[in-house]
Amino acid sequence: MNSFTFTQATAVAGAVQDNTAHPDAAYIGGGTNLIDLMKENVARPTHLIGLKNLGLDTIETLPDGGLRLGALATNAATAWHPEVESRYPLLNQAILAGASPQLRNMATDGGNLMQRTRCYYFYDLTTPCNKREPGSGCSAIGGYNRVCGILGTSDSCIATHPSDMCVALAALDTTVRVSGPNGERTIKFEDFHRLPGDHPERDNTLEPGELITGLDLPKKGFSQNFSYLKLRDRSSYAFALVSVAAALELDGNTIIDARLALGGVAHKPWRDQEAEALLIGQPATAETFGRAAAKVLAGAKGHGANTFKIELARRAIVRALKQATEMKEVVDTNAFQNSNP
Amino acid sequence: MTLQTNYIGKPTSRVDGPAKVTGTAKYAAEYNVPNLLYGYVVSSTITKGKIIKIDTAPVLALPGVHQVFSHENVPSLALFDRSYKDMLAPGGSPFRPLHSAEIKYSQQPVALVVADTFELARYAASILRIEYEEVAFETELRKHLDDAYEPGRGKIGFQPPKSRGNFGKGWKEGVAHVEAQFSHHAQHHNPMENFATTVEWLGDKNLNIYDKTQGAFNSQQVVTGIFGLSKEQARVISKYTGGGFGSGLRPQYQLFLAVLASLELERSVRVSLTREQMFSFGHRPETLQHVALATAADGSLTSINHVAVAETSQFEDFTENVVGWSGMLYDCKNVQLGYRLAKLDVYTPLDMRAPGAALGSVALEIAMDEMAYAAGLDPLELRLRNYSDRDQAQDLPFSSKALRKCYHEGAAKFGWEQRTAEPGSMRDGNLLVGWGMAGGVWDATKLPATVKASLDADGHLTVSSGTNEIGTGTYTIMTQIAAESMGLPLEAVTFVLGDTTLPVSPLQGGSWTAASVGNSVVEACTKLGEALLKQAQKMDNPAFSGVKIEEVEFANGQMRLRADATQAIVLRDVVQASGEPSIEAENSTIMAKLEMLKPPKYSMHAHNAVFVEVKVDPDLMTVHVTRVVNAVAAGRILNPKTARSQVLGSVVWGLGMALMEESVMDHRFGRYMNKSLAEYHVPVNADIHDIDVIFVSEEDDKVNPLGIKGLGEVGMLGVAAAVANAIYHATGKRVRDMPITIDKLL
Repeated sequence: MNSFTFTQATAVAGAVQDNTAHPDAAYIGGGTNLIDLMKENVARPTHLIGLKNLGLDTIETLPDGGLRLGALATNAATAWHPEVESRYPLLNQAILAGASPQLRNMATDGGNLMQRTRCYYFYDLTTPCNKREPGSGCSAIGGYNRVCGILGTSDSCIATHPSDMCVALAALDTTVRVSGPNGERTIKFEDFHRLPGDHPERDNTLEPGELITGLDLPKKGFSQNFSYLKLRDRSSYAFALVSVAAALELDGNTIIDARLALGGVAHKPWRDQEAEALLIGQPATAETFGRAAAKVLAGAKGHGANTFKIELARRAIVRALKQATEMKEVVDTNAFQNSNP
Repeated sequence: MTLQTNYIGKPTSRVDGPAKVTGTAKYAAEYNVPNLLYGYVVSSTITKGKIIKIDTAPVLALPGVHQVFSHENVPSLALFDRSYKDMLAPGGSPFRPLHSAEIKYSQQPVALVVADTFELARYAASILRIEYEEVAFETELRKHLDDAYEPGRGKIGFQPPKSRGNFGKGWKEGVAHVEAQFSHHAQHHNPMENFATTVEWLGDKNLNIYDKTQGAFNSQQVVTGIFGLSKEQARVISKYTGGGFGSGLRPQYQLFLAVLASLELERSVRVSLTREQMFSFGHRPETLQHVALATAADGSLTSINHVAVAETSQFEDFTENVVGWSGMLYDCKNVQLGYRLAKLDVYTPLDMRAPGAALGSVALEIAMDEMAYAAGLDPLELRLRNYSDRDQAQDLPFSSKALRKCYHEGAAKFGWEQRTAEPGSMRDGNLLVGWGMAGGVWDATKLPATVKASLDADGHLTVSSGTNEIGTGTYTIMTQIAAESMGLPLEAVTFVLGDTTLPVSPLQGGSWTAASVGNSVVEACTKLGEALLKQAQKMDNPAFSGVKIEEVEFANGQMRLRADATQAIVLRDVVQASGEPSIEAENSTIMAKLEMLKPPKYSMHAHNAVFVEVKVDPDLMTVHVTRVVNAVAAGRILNPKTARSQVLGSVVWGLGMALMEESVMDHRFGRYMNKSLAEYHVPVNADIHDIDVIFVSEEDDKVNPLGIKGLGEVGMLGVAAAVANAIYHATGKRVRDMPITIDKLL
């Protein structure tokens, strides 16, 4: 970890200004990922700007019936917020599927979007990694890529975005609110994270100095039919091999509206609106779900150690949609998980 | 001395529990001596080659950086390998940190940056530029099977496996046959406490060395050997060890580096390793196994073939007993065993909980499950039909063997008779249910250990020995044994350990500490009793005149006549009458050492049988181990509470081995890639469901006076195989490549 200076910002404008004034500045929320990256020398900011005094930790209902999550609200406070629990249970489940209670108590909602990949090669400074060191090559291709992506990868990078929360946020059509040197703007969630392409060093579409201030959830929360299914190597504190956020609106057995997003498979939370279109208007049956899964995975490509994810994802999509339809028992798999408080 | 049972065999909470939960128990990196400097290790970024240049100038220019140690400036140290050998060093030439420019393995320590603060040392280490010249390296075991060789005796305790009978003949006699290959990847111990050493400089090369170790005397041996210090100069202290599992059986390089820096800078120095660096030394070796079994029509084994090939380093022959157990667990005339090593550009592997047996038992016991299906027998029935009442490997009777009880009591508790044999035949709703079982065997060893017992004028008994507490309950059981021996309440007894100024004790490992130190505690207390009687006889008390030690007993803080309990002397008064602050006695290890030279009369082993239930999602192939019954026969159980904890931990280890633990190496780089607790998966609480531990009764007056067999490893045996067998029963999928992750079941 290198030496750095630290400022505790008191206003968004001041924070942005401070960031712009320092060439290697970074905002710090809960620090649950950034501090690790600094200790590993993967990130070497020379100036940190603390955000906790910006008053962005509130969660409030919007006039249009939506819900605004302050960027500095913790993952734990968000998951257990009464409005989230009752109106956006998919988000509640996704958050609780991630990390550990200790981490969720520290980690912030804005920081969750900003966390970086867990690709092993990204963390090991001795190996080439285009995301860490552009142009050095991708070690995961041809290497140990069990945790890597099968969708939207490029020849430069097959890393995944590790978040669970973001998979639900993508499915729920969230809007990201940001402030920057050029003022405020909003970014559609699906446009926030990038695919790696030739520039895997860029995880998202934020401009230099821009700061996430909040996340706006639309009114519709799919609280009746939803499922967050996470498959991983152990029951807690493990990143998803594959996760699926499924949300349905049903009229009898007919699907009126549908959302489908995957985690652990791509450089960004992978929402597939064409697959959603295949669901809408159709009966909620295994055949329908299978068609949607096939659509999602039509372009999937395995890289050896992670090729199993294609079949695993297909099965997970079908299962998650089935669970969302039936809403009987929350996932056979999850039934074994010790329930959180 | 007759043992009563006021404390031994009673569930007793850890005497060091309050210190641990309140944080007053200090670990190696927590001794905050004054004027401490901090060392940070720089690890090699290449796997093989040499260092061309180390650019220390920019690092040394940082205010607060004191020195950068490397092969370029290490002073002249001991010349010969023997000075570097620790008590568990295998054959070969021990690795010498900072010895030369040569790089022998990835993450080899190449420099130590010493600074005023840990943060500064860490930063300085990150900017230290080192130029290497890399050469080709070999880390892939499968590519070097043809180079594998049969090792000699290797490290202490290892015997090359012995074959018997005629395998080929037995194979032909059999009517059912099983032949299979098994593979295990490397695993790292990953104790919670990272390796660390705090060296307190006391002046004139006198050092207090606080080390994370499983043997303070072992650390002292290498420090005195390498640096030419006397034992008085190199006092090693290790009061608590935050998990060992074998990782602390050999001194790690931070000990060398911390002592080096302290001696050179004449300052107190601490060196602690990062979690990533916890993957830079010994590990359970990657091992490939082949097992072939044949049985006659009645299910009796006609032949066993078990061969293993394991990795070792280029510089040492790490050996462990992987296949020998297969010549002992079952009754069989024809046994052919083989064990070979292949040298790779890795660090020397290291004993890890149930070394060898943890690997060998998985292969043998999965193969036995396969045989049960091939022979059309229940897996438990197959084992009972091949039950061995004599150790055929050593051709000795067992001192005791209650494995049959483990099978029966474990099966009864589990409800094994309800099992239907066909894979996939049992269900819980939509979930596939699988029941599997397996068993294991582990050595019951006792080594010479010295213990001192000292009773002070307040009547408080202090018992001491330079053993270690690695979380197994050593403080507690030794306190129980001493209290029992001297007829004192637990509160009146303190057990002291982890210090080379204490009486010499063996390494804490091999499941031998309870038997080795425990029996010595009894011996020391017996001698103390004799000394107290002698002193009492100097006092004006005619009742004790001419009385022999056999005629007195110790109870309620008194010494009294067995024949007439009203004739009693308070022990405190005896000490006070002596005019000395305390009366002391130490046991002699001469007899124990002589005993070790004699050929054994008995085969002494602990056994277990494990029954496992898994539930598997038939579509997603997620596995949950919902129930485990582990029945253990380990002689006398000193403390059922701490003993149960040890076996619970063993089961968790077995589940991890079966389902998730794996140090993944990228052979293009020769590096382990999942060097963190986030990515090196061990089970979490949510993975653990019902675990039932049964200690079957097993009285053994031959193994040692207290009848102890030790519990550190036996509980782990059978667990991973039973999980694999249960998964087969649930799914019909036989996975022989551990760990059994979801991709192997899809």
